[in-house]
Amino acid sequence: MSKFKKKKGGELPAISTASLPDIVFMLLFFFMVATVMRDSTLLIVNKLPAADQIEKLDKKDRVMYIYAGKPSSRYVDKYGSTARIQLNDKFATVSEVGAFILAERASKRQELQNVLTTALKVDSETKMGLIQDIKQELRKVSALKINYTTRVGDYTQNIN
Amino acid sequence: MAKRSAPEVNAGSMADIAFLLLIFFLVTTTIETDSGLNRKLPPMEDQVDPPIIRQKNIFTVLVSKNDQLLVEEELADIKDLRALAVEFLDNGGGVGDEACDYCQGKRDESSSDNPDKAIISLKSDRETSYKVYIAVQNELVAAYNELRNREFSRLNPNLGLNYVEAQKKYDDPRTSEDDREELKPKLDVVKKMYPQKLSEAESSSKSS
Repeated sequence: MSKFKKKKGGELPAISTASLPDIVFMLLFFFMVATVMRDSTLLIVNKLPAADQIEKLDKKDRVMYIYAGKPSSRYVDKYGSTARIQLNDKFATVSEVGAFILAERASKRQELQNVLTTALKVDSETKMGLIQDIKQELRKVSALKINYTTRVGDYTQNIN
Repeated sequence: MAKRSAPEVNAGSMADIAFLLLIFFLVTTTIETDSGLNRKLPPMEDQVDPPIIRQKNIFTVLVSKNDQLLVEEELADIKDLRALAVEFLDNGGGVGDEACDYCQGKRDESSSDNPDKAIISLKSDRETSYKVYIAVQNELVAAYNELRNREFSRLNPNLGLNYVEAQKKYDDPRTSEDDREELKPKLDVVKKMYPQKLSEAESSSKSS
């Protein structure tokens, strides 16, 4: 008769893990959306210099990347240790920069072709001579908007 | 009549699969933080007759091959560069048409007439290292930003923003169209007061 019989024992009910997949999926979707896959493997050392008066770069589809620096330790045997330019996935010479820019520009949508920025990701140990050569090449193909990509930090970090 | 209910799919391993994917994306993620100093290169075609610029309106900064800094032909420390550039840009020594009514500088005869005329010329050697060059660029941009901040705050005292913050807000895609419309003229006024005239000359020594 006792309808309201006290439950037996003090055993704790198992915690339901049914919502665990939901939580994990939520995290998963966050990372899927926030992820940017590295689109080119770096063949060079690329420790960017620091600056603090910086502006954000434009959207990714409006940017062309030029890397420069010394070949990383794996490639020193093959390519030596003087600073080089990397375009996409391979080393290039200064004279190839112009053709690269034109090809990149042609691959973009028409309405973006005039607003493209060239981001120079150059290692802080590079000499200016190489950068001046790159800039000269960029002027020849009138890719005039450039961005010296830097890390966020005080400028004094650049001076030893 | 035997209505067989479909067997329930065991979803117990769903969490495992999701975890696996999660870990994969965690490892491959690099949250991009691309930012840097924006610059504009001069166009290639040579100007037919270059405009005549008086020597006192040019502020020469030279970074030598040993990464030493020469400001107006004198050895200087990079820590003083910002103050020197601000002093030069804000001098406002001009009279009559070239007077600058918002400048707060010394109005020295031998320095720049007007921020509109003042040009900073940055020269570097082929052997200069990139990091020092970036540090110098950074300080010169900082000098412009300092002056622009000052004027922006003076002209828009109740906005609670300085120039750099306002520019950032303007560039932010989340800012509404109305706010942007409102900010644009204010930013343009300040940009016109202190235009960024930073010329990057070719290298001082051509060696291959």
